[in-house]
Amino acid sequence: MAESTTTLRRIPHRTARWLPVWRRNLRVWSKLALPSLIGNFGEPLLYLLALGYGLGALVGRIGDMPYMFFLASGIFCSSAMMTASFEATYSAYSRMAVQKTWEAIVTTPLDVFDVVVGEVMWAATKSLFSASAILIVAWALGAVSGGYAVLAVPVALLSGFCFASMAMVVTALARSYDFFLYYTTLGVTPMLLICGVFFPIGQMPAGVQTLAWALPLTHSVALARPLITGAAPENALLHLAVLALFGLVALSVAATLLKRRLDA
Amino acid sequence: MSAPVVVSRALTKVYAGAPVVDRVDVNIDRGECWGLLGPNGAGKTTFLRMLVGRTPPTSGEIRVLGYPVPQQASAMRARIGVVPQLDNLDPDFTVNENLRTYAGYFGIHHSRLRARIRELLEFAALSHKADAYLSTLSGGMLRRLSLIRALVNAPELLVLDEPTTGLDPQARQLIWQRLRSLRSEGITQILTTHYMEEAERLCDRVTIMDHGRLLESGHPRALVSEHIEPHVIEVHGEGLQRWHKETAARLAPRHETAGDGFLYYLNDERPLLEALSGQERLSFLHRPANLEDVFLKLTGRELRDG
Ligand SMILES: Nc1ncnc2c1ncn2[C@@H]1O[C@H](COP(=O)(O)OP(=O)(O)O)[C@@H](O)[C@H]1O
Ligand SMILES: [Mg+2]
Repeated sequence: MAESTTTLRRIPHRTARWLPVWRRNLRVWSKLALPSLIGNFGEPLLYLLALGYGLGALVGRIGDMPYMFFLASGIFCSSAMMTASFEATYSAYSRMAVQKTWEAIVTTPLDVFDVVVGEVMWAATKSLFSASAILIVAWALGAVSGGYAVLAVPVALLSGFCFASMAMVVTALARSYDFFLYYTTLGVTPMLLICGVFFPIGQMPAGVQTLAWALPLTHSVALARPLITGAAPENALLHLAVLALFGLVALSVAATLLKRRLDA
Repeated sequence: MSAPVVVSRALTKVYAGAPVVDRVDVNIDRGECWGLLGPNGAGKTTFLRMLVGRTPPTSGEIRVLGYPVPQQASAMRARIGVVPQLDNLDPDFTVNENLRTYAGYFGIHHSRLRARIRELLEFAALSHKADAYLSTLSGGMLRRLSLIRALVNAPELLVLDEPTTGLDPQARQLIWQRLRSLRSEGITQILTTHYMEEAERLCDRVTIMDHGRLLESGHPRALVSEHIEPHVIEVHGEGLQRWHKETAARLAPRHETAGDGFLYYLNDERPLLEALSGQERLSFLHRPANLEDVFLKLTGRELRDG
Protein backbone atom coordinates (compact mmCIF):
# COMPACT_ATOMS: atom_id res chain seq x y z
CA MET A 1 0.00 0.00 0.00
CA ALA A 2 2.95 2.27 -0.53
CA GLU A 3 2.14 5.30 -2.58
CA SER A 4 4.03 8.21 -4.00
CA THR A 5 3.51 10.31 -0.95
CA THR A 6 3.70 13.73 -2.51
CA THR A 7 0.48 13.13 -4.45
CA LEU A 8 -1.40 12.20 -1.32
CA ARG A 9 -0.23 14.65 1.30
CA ARG A 10 -1.26 18.21 1.29
CA ILE A 11 -1.72 19.24 4.90
CA PRO A 12 -4.26 22.05 5.12
CA HIS A 13 -2.88 25.37 6.29
CA ARG A 14 -3.24 26.08 10.04
CA THR A 15 -6.00 28.61 9.49
CA ALA A 16 -8.05 26.30 7.25
CA ARG A 17 -7.73 23.10 9.27
CA TRP A 18 -11.25 23.43 10.70
CA LEU A 19 -12.72 23.20 7.21
CA PRO A 20 -12.67 19.38 6.84
CA VAL A 21 -14.57 19.12 10.14
CA TRP A 22 -17.18 21.57 8.87
CA ARG A 23 -17.31 19.66 5.58
CA ARG A 24 -17.84 16.35 7.40
CA ASN A 25 -20.88 17.72 9.20
CA LEU A 26 -22.22 19.25 6.01
CA ARG A 27 -21.86 15.86 4.32
CA VAL A 28 -23.90 14.14 7.03
CA TRP A 29 -26.47 16.94 7.03
CA SER A 30 -26.96 16.81 3.28
CA LYS A 31 -28.02 13.17 3.57
CA LEU A 32 -30.82 14.16 5.92
CA ALA A 33 -31.35 17.73 4.86
CA LEU A 34 -35.12 17.64 4.62
CA PRO A 35 -36.03 16.17 8.02
CA SER A 36 -33.31 18.26 9.55
CA LEU A 37 -34.62 21.48 8.01
CA ILE A 38 -38.13 20.68 9.14
CA GLY A 39 -36.81 20.03 12.61
CA ASN A 40 -34.86 23.29 12.78
CA PHE A 41 -37.34 25.46 11.20
CA GLY A 42 -40.73 23.84 11.86
CA GLU A 43 -40.99 24.96 15.46
CA PRO A 44 -40.08 28.63 15.00
CA LEU A 45 -42.42 28.67 12.03
CA LEU A 46 -45.32 27.43 14.20
CA TYR A 47 -44.57 30.14 16.77
CA LEU A 48 -44.47 32.72 14.06
CA LEU A 49 -47.82 31.70 12.61
CA ALA A 50 -49.68 31.03 15.87
CA LEU A 51 -48.43 34.06 17.77
CA GLY A 52 -48.29 36.27 14.73
CA TYR A 53 -51.96 35.76 13.88
CA GLY A 54 -53.32 34.87 17.32
CA LEU A 55 -51.52 37.40 19.47
CA GLY A 56 -51.10 39.80 16.58
CA ALA A 57 -54.89 40.26 16.43
CA LEU A 58 -54.90 41.37 20.09
CA VAL A 59 -51.73 43.45 20.04
CA GLY A 60 -52.14 45.06 16.65
CA ARG A 61 -49.04 47.23 16.51
CA ILE A 62 -45.96 47.78 18.63
CA GLY A 63 -45.08 51.42 18.17
CA ASP A 64 -45.69 51.94 14.52
CA MET A 65 -44.73 48.36 13.60
CA PRO A 66 -47.32 45.62 12.86
CA TYR A 67 -46.90 42.78 15.39
CA MET A 68 -46.16 40.26 12.63
CA PHE A 69 -43.13 42.38 11.58
CA PHE A 70 -41.98 42.65 15.17
CA LEU A 71 -42.35 38.93 15.81
CA ALA A 72 -40.84 37.69 12.54
CA SER A 73 -37.66 39.69 13.07
CA GLY A 74 -37.45 38.42 16.67
CA ILE A 75 -37.95 34.79 15.70
CA PHE A 76 -35.33 35.22 12.98
CA CYS A 77 -32.83 35.77 15.80
CA SER A 78 -34.21 33.23 18.27
CA SER A 79 -34.19 30.49 15.63
CA ALA A 80 -30.51 31.24 15.02
CA MET A 81 -29.92 30.94 18.77
CA MET A 82 -31.92 27.74 19.20
CA THR A 83 -30.34 26.02 16.20
CA ALA A 84 -26.77 26.86 17.19
CA SER A 85 -27.38 25.95 20.82
CA PHE A 86 -28.86 22.57 19.98
CA GLU A 87 -26.20 21.72 17.43
CA ALA A 88 -23.29 22.69 19.68
CA THR A 89 -24.69 20.84 22.70
CA TYR A 90 -26.66 17.68 21.94
CA SER A 91 -25.27 16.99 18.47
CA ALA A 92 -21.68 17.96 19.18
CA TYR A 93 -21.74 15.99 22.44
CA SER A 94 -22.91 12.90 20.53
CA ARG A 95 -20.00 13.22 18.15
CA MET A 96 -17.56 13.79 21.00
CA ALA A 97 -18.68 11.36 23.70
CA VAL A 98 -20.87 8.75 22.01
CA GLN A 99 -19.68 8.28 18.43
CA LYS A 100 -16.06 9.23 19.24
CA THR A 101 -15.89 11.07 15.94
CA TRP A 102 -13.60 13.70 17.45
CA GLU A 103 -11.30 11.00 18.78
CA ALA A 104 -10.80 9.78 15.20
CA ILE A 105 -10.23 13.28 13.84
CA VAL A 106 -7.49 14.17 16.31
CA THR A 107 -5.29 11.26 15.17
CA THR A 108 -4.92 13.09 11.84
CA PRO A 109 -3.02 16.39 11.45
CA LEU A 110 -6.02 18.16 12.99
CA ASP A 111 -6.16 18.84 16.73
CA VAL A 112 -8.80 19.59 19.33
CA PHE A 113 -8.78 23.31 18.50
CA ASP A 114 -9.51 22.59 14.82
CA VAL A 115 -12.38 20.32 15.80
CA VAL A 116 -13.91 22.92 18.12
CA VAL A 117 -13.68 25.68 15.52
CA GLY A 118 -15.10 23.38 12.84
CA GLU A 119 -18.03 22.43 15.05
CA VAL A 120 -18.76 26.06 15.96
CA MET A 121 -18.59 27.14 12.33
CA TRP A 122 -20.90 24.32 11.39
CA ALA A 123 -23.45 25.20 14.09
CA ALA A 124 -23.29 28.82 12.88
CA THR A 125 -23.93 27.61 9.35
CA LYS A 126 -27.02 25.74 10.49
CA SER A 127 -28.22 28.92 12.20
CA LEU A 128 -27.81 30.65 8.90
CA PHE A 129 -29.97 27.99 7.22
CA SER A 130 -32.83 28.15 9.71
CA ALA A 131 -32.85 31.93 10.10
CA SER A 132 -32.84 32.30 6.32
CA ALA A 133 -35.80 29.93 6.08
CA ILE A 134 -37.67 32.12 8.59
CA LEU A 135 -36.75 35.20 6.57
CA ILE A 136 -38.21 33.65 3.43
CA VAL A 137 -41.46 32.78 5.20
CA ALA A 138 -41.63 36.26 6.74
CA TRP A 139 -41.13 37.73 3.30
CA ALA A 140 -43.94 35.54 1.91
CA LEU A 141 -46.19 36.77 4.73
CA GLY A 142 -45.34 40.34 3.78
CA ALA A 143 -43.46 40.93 7.03
CA VAL A 144 -40.20 42.07 5.41
CA SER A 145 -39.62 45.47 4.00
CA GLY A 146 -36.72 47.06 2.21
CA GLY A 147 -33.48 45.75 0.75
CA TYR A 148 -31.58 45.98 4.05
CA ALA A 149 -33.18 42.65 5.00
CA VAL A 150 -30.44 40.84 3.09
CA LEU A 151 -27.95 42.23 5.62
CA ALA A 152 -29.77 40.37 8.35
CA VAL A 153 -28.38 37.11 6.95
CA PRO A 154 -24.76 37.77 8.05
CA VAL A 155 -26.18 38.90 11.40
CA ALA A 156 -27.71 35.42 11.76
CA LEU A 157 -24.33 33.87 10.97
CA LEU A 158 -22.54 36.00 13.55
CA SER A 159 -25.27 35.28 16.12
CA GLY A 160 -24.96 31.58 15.35
CA PHE A 161 -21.21 31.80 15.93
CA CYS A 162 -21.77 33.55 19.26
CA PHE A 163 -24.41 31.10 20.55
CA ALA A 164 -22.56 28.03 19.27
CA SER A 165 -19.40 29.10 21.09
CA MET A 166 -21.34 29.65 24.31
CA ALA A 167 -23.02 26.25 23.96
CA MET A 168 -19.65 24.62 23.30
CA VAL A 169 -18.49 25.75 26.75
CA VAL A 170 -21.45 23.85 28.19
CA THR A 171 -20.57 20.78 26.10
CA ALA A 172 -17.01 20.94 27.40
CA LEU A 173 -18.34 20.65 30.94
CA ALA A 174 -21.10 18.10 30.26
CA ARG A 175 -20.86 14.54 31.57
CA SER A 176 -24.22 13.45 30.14
CA TYR A 177 -27.07 14.79 28.02
CA ASP A 178 -29.00 15.74 31.18
CA PHE A 179 -26.53 18.55 31.81
CA PHE A 180 -27.87 20.47 28.80
CA LEU A 181 -31.22 20.93 30.53
CA TYR A 182 -29.54 23.35 32.94
CA TYR A 183 -28.27 25.46 30.10
CA THR A 184 -31.62 25.39 28.33
CA THR A 185 -33.50 26.37 31.47
CA LEU A 186 -31.02 28.88 32.87
CA GLY A 187 -29.57 30.26 29.64
CA VAL A 188 -31.45 29.72 26.43
CA THR A 189 -35.06 30.00 27.62
CA PRO A 190 -34.51 33.18 29.68
CA MET A 191 -32.85 34.80 26.68
CA LEU A 192 -35.77 33.76 24.51
CA LEU A 193 -38.18 35.41 26.95
CA ILE A 194 -36.46 38.65 27.99
CA CYS A 195 -34.36 39.70 25.01
CA GLY A 196 -37.13 41.28 22.99
CA VAL A 197 -38.14 38.42 20.71
CA PHE A 198 -41.86 38.37 21.59
CA PHE A 199 -42.33 41.79 23.21
CA PRO A 200 -40.27 44.95 23.64
CA ILE A 201 -37.67 45.03 26.38
CA GLY A 202 -39.15 48.35 27.57
CA GLN A 203 -42.15 46.45 28.99
CA MET A 204 -40.05 44.96 31.75
CA PRO A 205 -38.76 46.22 35.14
CA ALA A 206 -35.54 48.23 34.97
CA GLY A 207 -33.41 45.47 36.53
CA VAL A 208 -34.54 42.94 33.93
CA GLN A 209 -33.86 45.45 31.16
CA THR A 210 -30.28 45.85 32.35
CA LEU A 211 -29.88 42.10 32.44
CA ALA A 212 -31.31 41.81 28.94
CA TRP A 213 -28.71 44.23 27.56
CA ALA A 214 -26.00 42.05 29.07
CA LEU A 215 -27.19 39.10 26.98
CA PRO A 216 -26.16 38.57 23.36
CA LEU A 217 -29.62 37.79 21.98
CA THR A 218 -30.72 41.36 22.73
CA HIS A 219 -27.93 42.67 20.52
CA SER A 220 -28.77 40.22 17.79
CA VAL A 221 -32.39 41.45 17.81
CA ALA A 222 -31.25 45.09 17.95
CA LEU A 223 -29.42 44.51 14.67
CA ALA A 224 -31.79 42.23 12.79
CA ARG A 225 -35.13 43.87 13.62
CA PRO A 226 -34.47 47.21 11.95
CA LEU A 227 -32.73 45.55 9.00
CA ILE A 228 -35.69 43.25 8.34
CA THR A 229 -38.32 45.91 8.82
CA GLY A 230 -36.66 48.49 6.65
CA ALA A 231 -34.59 50.76 8.90
CA ALA A 232 -30.91 51.24 9.66
CA PRO A 233 -29.90 49.85 13.08
CA GLU A 234 -28.62 52.28 15.70
CA ASN A 235 -25.26 51.60 17.35
CA ALA A 236 -24.68 48.78 14.88
CA LEU A 237 -20.95 48.58 15.63
CA LEU A 238 -21.57 48.21 19.33
CA HIS A 239 -24.01 45.33 18.81
CA LEU A 240 -21.69 43.62 16.35
CA ALA A 241 -18.82 43.98 18.78
CA VAL A 242 -20.82 42.49 21.66
CA LEU A 243 -21.76 39.43 19.58
CA ALA A 244 -18.21 38.97 18.31
CA LEU A 245 -16.72 39.40 21.76
CA PHE A 246 -19.08 36.94 23.43
CA GLY A 247 -18.32 34.47 20.64
CA LEU A 248 -14.54 34.82 20.71
CA VAL A 249 -14.23 34.68 24.49
CA ALA A 250 -16.55 31.66 24.72
CA LEU A 251 -14.72 29.94 21.88
CA SER A 252 -11.36 30.25 23.57
CA VAL A 253 -12.77 29.08 26.89
CA ALA A 254 -14.43 26.09 25.19
CA ALA A 255 -11.26 25.20 23.29
CA THR A 256 -9.15 25.36 26.46
CA LEU A 257 -11.58 23.21 28.44
CA LEU A 258 -11.98 20.66 25.67
CA LYS A 259 -8.23 20.41 25.10
CA ARG A 260 -7.83 19.70 28.79
CA ARG A 261 -10.65 17.17 28.72
CA LEU A 262 -9.66 15.22 25.59
CA ASP A 263 -5.87 15.45 25.71
CA ALA A 264 -5.50 14.60 29.40
CA MET B 1 21.72 3.34 8.93
CA SER B 2 18.78 5.68 8.86
CA ALA B 3 17.70 7.51 12.01
CA PRO B 4 15.27 5.66 14.30
CA VAL B 5 11.58 6.23 13.67
CA VAL B 6 10.81 6.65 17.36
CA VAL B 7 13.17 7.66 20.14
CA SER B 8 12.02 8.23 23.70
CA ARG B 9 14.08 9.19 26.72
CA ALA B 10 12.80 8.77 30.28
CA LEU B 11 9.27 9.22 28.96
CA THR B 12 6.88 9.45 31.91
CA LYS B 13 3.19 10.04 32.41
CA VAL B 14 1.73 10.52 35.87
CA TYR B 15 -2.00 10.30 36.52
CA ALA B 16 -3.30 11.16 39.99
CA GLY B 17 0.17 10.96 41.50
CA ALA B 18 0.93 7.50 40.13
CA PRO B 19 3.26 6.91 37.15
CA VAL B 20 1.37 5.05 34.42
CA VAL B 21 4.30 5.20 32.01
CA ASP B 22 7.53 5.26 33.96
CA ARG B 23 10.88 6.47 32.53
CA VAL B 24 10.54 4.61 29.24
CA ASP B 25 13.45 4.56 26.76
CA VAL B 26 12.86 3.11 23.30
CA ASN B 27 14.53 3.16 19.89
CA ILE B 28 12.36 1.87 17.09
CA ASP B 29 14.06 1.36 13.75
CA ARG B 30 12.71 2.04 10.32
CA GLY B 31 10.99 -0.99 8.80
CA GLU B 32 10.70 -3.07 11.94
CA CYS B 33 7.57 -4.36 13.56
CA TRP B 34 7.88 -3.46 17.22
CA GLY B 35 5.48 -5.06 19.70
CA LEU B 36 4.56 -3.74 23.10
CA LEU B 37 3.27 -6.51 25.32
CA GLY B 38 1.66 -6.06 28.67
CA PRO B 39 -1.33 -6.96 30.83
CA ASN B 40 -4.36 -4.67 31.13
CA GLY B 41 -3.43 -1.37 32.70
CA ALA B 42 0.29 -1.75 31.98
CA GLY B 43 0.36 1.65 30.27
CA LYS B 44 0.45 0.57 26.61
CA THR B 45 -2.31 2.86 25.38
CA THR B 46 -0.95 5.79 27.38
CA PHE B 47 2.48 5.27 25.79
CA LEU B 48 0.89 5.30 22.33
CA ARG B 49 -1.14 8.40 23.17
CA MET B 50 2.07 10.24 24.01
CA LEU B 51 3.69 8.89 20.86
CA VAL B 52 0.99 10.32 18.59
CA GLY B 53 0.90 13.60 20.48
CA ARG B 54 -2.50 13.15 22.07
CA THR B 55 -1.32 13.80 25.58
CA PRO B 56 1.78 15.64 26.79
CA PRO B 57 4.35 13.66 28.81
CA THR B 58 4.70 14.61 32.47
CA SER B 59 8.46 14.43 31.92
CA GLY B 60 10.97 13.01 29.48
CA GLU B 61 10.83 13.39 25.73
CA ILE B 62 9.89 11.62 22.56
CA ARG B 63 10.64 12.21 18.87
CA VAL B 64 8.72 10.52 16.08
CA LEU B 65 10.06 10.62 12.51
CA GLY B 66 12.40 13.29 13.79
CA TYR B 67 9.61 15.59 15.02
CA PRO B 68 9.57 16.54 18.69
CA VAL B 69 6.17 15.49 20.08
CA PRO B 70 3.77 16.97 21.07
CA GLN B 71 5.26 20.29 19.80
CA GLN B 72 5.17 19.22 16.13
CA ALA B 73 2.63 16.44 16.42
CA SER B 74 0.44 17.74 13.63
CA ALA B 75 3.15 17.55 10.96
CA MET B 76 4.20 14.16 12.32
CA ARG B 77 0.65 12.80 12.24
CA ALA B 78 0.38 13.69 8.55
CA ARG B 79 2.93 10.93 7.97
CA ILE B 80 1.64 8.19 10.26
CA GLY B 81 -1.49 6.02 10.48
CA VAL B 82 -3.27 5.13 13.71
CA VAL B 83 -5.54 2.17 14.39
CA PRO B 84 -7.16 2.84 17.78
CA GLN B 85 -7.90 0.22 20.42
CA LEU B 86 -11.65 0.77 19.99
CA ASP B 87 -13.01 1.40 16.50
CA ASN B 88 -14.15 4.98 16.07
CA LEU B 89 -15.40 4.77 12.51
CA ASP B 90 -18.06 7.26 11.49
CA PRO B 91 -21.50 5.63 11.81
CA ASP B 92 -23.15 8.37 9.76
CA PHE B 93 -21.28 7.26 6.64
CA THR B 94 -20.85 4.33 4.31
CA VAL B 95 -17.51 2.54 4.00
CA ASN B 96 -16.50 4.65 1.04
CA GLU B 97 -17.60 7.91 2.68
CA ASN B 98 -15.67 6.99 5.82
CA LEU B 99 -12.48 6.79 3.77
CA ARG B 100 -13.16 9.96 1.77
CA THR B 101 -14.00 11.95 4.86
CA TYR B 102 -10.95 10.74 6.74
CA ALA B 103 -8.78 11.56 3.73
CA GLY B 104 -10.22 15.07 3.93
CA TYR B 105 -8.66 15.53 7.37
CA PHE B 106 -5.27 15.05 5.68
CA GLY B 107 -6.16 17.57 3.00
CA ILE B 108 -6.55 14.82 0.41
CA HIS B 109 -9.55 15.25 -1.84
CA HIS B 110 -8.59 15.21 -5.44
CA SER B 111 -8.75 12.93 -8.44
CA ARG B 112 -6.11 10.50 -7.18
CA LEU B 113 -8.23 9.63 -4.17
CA ARG B 114 -10.78 7.53 -6.03
CA ALA B 115 -8.15 5.09 -7.29
CA ARG B 116 -6.47 5.04 -3.90
CA ILE B 117 -9.71 4.09 -2.17
CA ARG B 118 -10.34 1.34 -4.71
CA GLU B 119 -6.90 -0.15 -3.96
CA LEU B 120 -7.44 0.07 -0.23
CA LEU B 121 -10.85 -1.60 -0.41
CA GLU B 122 -9.35 -4.40 -2.45
CA PHE B 123 -6.49 -4.79 0.00
CA ALA B 124 -8.95 -5.20 2.86
CA ALA B 125 -11.31 -7.47 0.89
CA LEU B 126 -14.05 -4.86 1.32
CA SER B 127 -14.73 -3.87 -2.31
CA HIS B 128 -18.18 -5.44 -2.19
CA LYS B 129 -19.03 -3.31 0.87
CA ALA B 130 -17.98 0.06 -0.55
CA ASP B 131 -21.46 1.55 -0.34
CA ALA B 132 -22.63 -0.30 2.76
CA TYR B 133 -23.34 1.35 6.10
CA LEU B 134 -21.28 0.17 9.04
CA SER B 135 -24.18 -1.58 10.77
CA THR B 136 -24.05 -4.28 8.07
CA LEU B 137 -20.35 -5.04 8.65
CA SER B 138 -18.92 -7.81 10.86
CA GLY B 139 -16.39 -7.10 13.60
CA GLY B 140 -13.56 -8.28 11.36
CA MET B 141 -14.69 -6.04 8.50
CA LEU B 142 -14.89 -3.01 10.80
CA ARG B 143 -11.37 -3.71 12.00
CA ARG B 144 -10.12 -3.99 8.42
CA LEU B 145 -11.83 -0.71 7.62
CA SER B 146 -10.05 0.88 10.58
CA LEU B 147 -6.80 -0.49 9.17
CA ILE B 148 -7.22 0.89 5.64
CA ARG B 149 -8.52 4.17 7.00
CA ALA B 150 -5.14 4.48 8.72
CA LEU B 151 -3.43 3.82 5.37
CA VAL B 152 -5.27 6.50 3.44
CA ASN B 153 -2.37 8.97 3.74
CA ALA B 154 0.27 6.38 2.75
CA PRO B 155 1.91 6.45 6.19
CA GLU B 156 5.56 5.59 6.89
CA LEU B 157 4.66 4.42 10.37
CA LEU B 158 1.59 2.50 11.44
CA VAL B 159 0.54 2.52 15.10
CA LEU B 160 -1.89 -0.25 16.09
CA ASP B 161 -3.42 -0.56 19.55
CA GLU B 162 -4.57 -4.17 20.04
CA PRO B 163 -5.41 -4.68 16.36
CA THR B 164 -7.10 -8.07 16.75
CA THR B 165 -8.59 -8.04 20.23
CA GLY B 166 -12.07 -9.53 20.16
CA LEU B 167 -11.82 -11.00 16.66
CA ASP B 168 -12.48 -14.61 15.72
CA PRO B 169 -9.54 -16.73 14.44
CA GLN B 170 -10.32 -16.28 10.73
CA ALA B 171 -10.62 -12.52 11.07
CA ARG B 172 -7.35 -12.42 12.98
CA GLN B 173 -5.53 -14.46 10.36
CA LEU B 174 -6.61 -12.04 7.66
CA ILE B 175 -5.41 -9.00 9.63
CA TRP B 176 -2.10 -10.72 10.40
CA GLN B 177 -1.57 -11.54 6.76
CA ARG B 178 -2.22 -7.91 5.76
CA LEU B 179 0.10 -6.58 8.45
CA ARG B 180 2.86 -8.87 7.20
CA SER B 181 2.35 -7.64 3.69
CA LEU B 182 2.59 -4.01 4.86
CA ARG B 183 5.73 -4.91 6.75
CA SER B 184 7.27 -6.31 3.58
CA GLU B 185 6.54 -2.99 1.87
CA GLY B 186 8.75 -1.39 4.50
CA ILE B 187 6.11 0.31 6.63
CA THR B 188 7.30 0.51 10.23
CA GLN B 189 4.77 -0.91 12.66
CA ILE B 190 4.22 -0.40 16.35
CA LEU B 191 1.61 -2.63 17.87
CA THR B 192 0.38 -3.42 21.33
CA THR B 193 -1.17 -6.74 22.15
CA HIS B 194 -1.75 -9.16 24.94
CA TYR B 195 -1.82 -12.12 22.55
CA MET B 196 1.60 -13.74 22.75
CA GLU B 197 0.89 -15.63 19.57
CA GLU B 198 0.29 -12.39 17.73
CA ALA B 199 3.53 -10.89 18.96
CA GLU B 200 5.49 -14.05 18.10
CA ARG B 201 4.12 -14.11 14.58
CA LEU B 202 4.32 -10.46 13.66
CA CYS B 203 7.04 -8.76 15.62
CA ASP B 204 10.76 -8.47 14.94
CA ARG B 205 11.17 -7.23 18.46
CA VAL B 206 8.90 -7.31 21.46
CA THR B 207 9.11 -5.32 24.65
CA ILE B 208 7.34 -6.45 27.79
CA MET B 209 5.75 -3.71 29.86
CA ASP B 210 4.22 -3.84 33.31
CA HIS B 211 3.23 -1.13 35.76
CA GLY B 212 4.53 1.45 33.30
CA ARG B 213 8.06 0.00 33.21
CA LEU B 214 9.71 -1.78 30.30
CA LEU B 215 10.97 -5.12 31.61
CA GLU B 216 12.64 -6.90 28.71
CA SER B 217 13.11 -6.43 25.02
CA GLY B 218 14.26 -8.65 22.18
CA HIS B 219 13.33 -10.99 19.37
CA PRO B 220 10.46 -13.21 20.57
CA ARG B 221 12.44 -16.41 20.20
CA ALA B 222 15.53 -14.97 21.87
CA LEU B 223 13.44 -13.83 24.83
CA VAL B 224 12.01 -17.30 25.23
CA SER B 225 15.38 -19.06 25.17
CA GLU B 226 16.90 -16.49 27.48
CA HIS B 227 14.24 -16.77 30.17
CA ILE B 228 12.64 -20.21 29.90
CA GLU B 229 13.86 -23.79 29.68
CA PRO B 230 13.05 -25.28 26.27
CA HIS B 231 10.48 -27.82 27.55
CA VAL B 232 7.27 -27.13 29.39
CA ILE B 233 5.06 -29.87 30.82
CA GLU B 234 1.62 -28.96 32.13
CA VAL B 235 0.11 -31.52 34.47
CA HIS B 236 -3.45 -31.82 35.81
CA GLY B 237 -5.48 -34.46 37.61
CA GLU B 238 -6.35 -36.25 40.83
CA GLY B 239 -3.54 -36.83 43.32
CA LEU B 240 -1.39 -34.18 41.67
CA GLN B 241 -0.38 -32.47 44.92
CA ARG B 242 1.02 -35.64 46.36
CA TRP B 243 2.81 -36.73 43.19
CA HIS B 244 4.22 -33.23 42.89
CA LYS B 245 5.64 -33.30 46.41
CA GLU B 246 7.03 -36.79 46.22
CA THR B 247 8.36 -36.88 42.67
CA ALA B 248 8.01 -33.94 40.36
CA ALA B 249 9.29 -31.13 42.55
CA ARG B 250 12.58 -32.93 42.76
CA LEU B 251 12.82 -33.68 39.01
CA ALA B 252 11.85 -30.15 37.99
CA PRO B 253 13.15 -27.62 40.50
CA ARG B 254 11.66 -24.77 38.45
CA HIS B 255 7.88 -25.08 38.45
CA GLU B 256 4.76 -23.02 39.05
CA THR B 257 1.14 -23.56 39.94
CA ALA B 258 -1.32 -22.63 37.21
CA GLY B 259 -4.95 -22.87 38.26
CA ASP B 260 -5.45 -26.42 39.54
CA GLY B 261 -2.35 -27.74 37.77
CA PHE B 262 1.42 -27.43 37.73
CA LEU B 263 3.81 -26.18 35.08
CA TYR B 264 7.27 -27.75 34.97
CA TYR B 265 10.12 -26.08 33.12
CA LEU B 266 12.85 -28.46 32.00
CA ASN B 267 16.10 -28.62 30.06
CA ASP B 268 15.77 -32.38 29.87
CA GLU B 269 12.18 -33.54 29.69
CA ARG B 270 12.78 -37.31 29.79
CA PRO B 271 12.91 -38.09 33.53
CA LEU B 272 9.62 -36.32 34.20
CA LEU B 273 7.89 -37.92 31.20
CA GLU B 274 9.06 -41.32 32.46
CA ALA B 275 7.70 -40.59 35.92
CA LEU B 276 4.40 -39.52 34.38
CA SER B 277 4.00 -42.70 32.32
CA GLY B 278 3.07 -44.65 35.46
CA GLN B 279 0.44 -42.14 36.60
CA GLU B 280 -2.90 -43.01 35.02
CA ARG B 281 -4.92 -40.40 36.91
CA LEU B 282 -2.77 -37.50 35.73
CA SER B 283 -3.11 -35.87 32.34
CA PHE B 284 -0.34 -33.81 30.85
CA LEU B 285 0.71 -31.68 27.93
CA HIS B 286 4.28 -31.46 26.74
CA ARG B 287 5.03 -28.36 24.64
CA PRO B 288 7.88 -26.04 23.73
CA ALA B 289 8.33 -22.91 25.83
CA ASN B 290 6.69 -19.83 24.37
CA LEU B 291 6.44 -16.11 24.86
CA GLU B 292 3.50 -16.52 27.19
CA ASP B 293 5.76 -18.33 29.65
CA VAL B 294 8.19 -15.41 29.53
CA PHE B 295 5.37 -12.98 29.95
CA LEU B 296 3.94 -14.78 32.96
CA LYS B 297 7.35 -15.22 34.51
CA LEU B 298 8.04 -11.49 34.25
CA THR B 299 4.62 -10.09 35.07
CA GLY B 300 3.28 -12.67 37.49
CA ARG B 301 0.14 -14.73 37.44
CA GLU B 302 -2.40 -12.67 39.31
CA LEU B 303 -5.46 -11.60 37.34
CA ARG B 304 -5.51 -8.07 35.93
CA ASP B 305 -8.92 -6.65 35.35
CA GLY B 306 -7.64 -3.07 35.37
N1 LIG C 1 -6.87 9.89 31.17
C1 LIG C 1 -6.54 9.16 32.25
N2 LIG C 1 -6.72 9.63 33.49
C2 LIG C 1 -6.40 8.90 34.59
N3 LIG C 1 -5.91 7.64 34.53
C3 LIG C 1 -5.71 7.10 33.32
C4 LIG C 1 -6.02 7.82 32.13
N4 LIG C 1 -5.72 7.02 31.06
C5 LIG C 1 -5.24 5.87 31.58
N5 LIG C 1 -5.24 5.90 32.93
C6 LIG C 1 -4.77 4.83 33.82
O1 LIG C 1 -3.47 4.46 33.41
C7 LIG C 1 -3.27 3.08 33.53
C8 LIG C 1 -2.76 2.51 32.22
O2 LIG C 1 -3.80 2.55 31.26
P1 LIG C 1 -3.58 2.17 29.74
O3 LIG C 1 -2.47 2.98 29.21
O4 LIG C 1 -4.89 2.30 29.07
O5 LIG C 1 -3.14 0.64 29.86
P2 LIG C 1 -3.19 -0.53 28.77
O6 LIG C 1 -3.45 0.08 27.42
O7 LIG C 1 -1.86 -1.18 28.87
O8 LIG C 1 -4.30 -1.45 29.20
C9 LIG C 1 -4.59 2.48 33.97
O9 LIG C 1 -4.54 2.23 35.35
C10 LIG C 1 -5.59 3.55 33.66
O10 LIG C 1 -6.66 3.51 34.56
MG1 LIG D 1 -4.91 -0.29 26.04
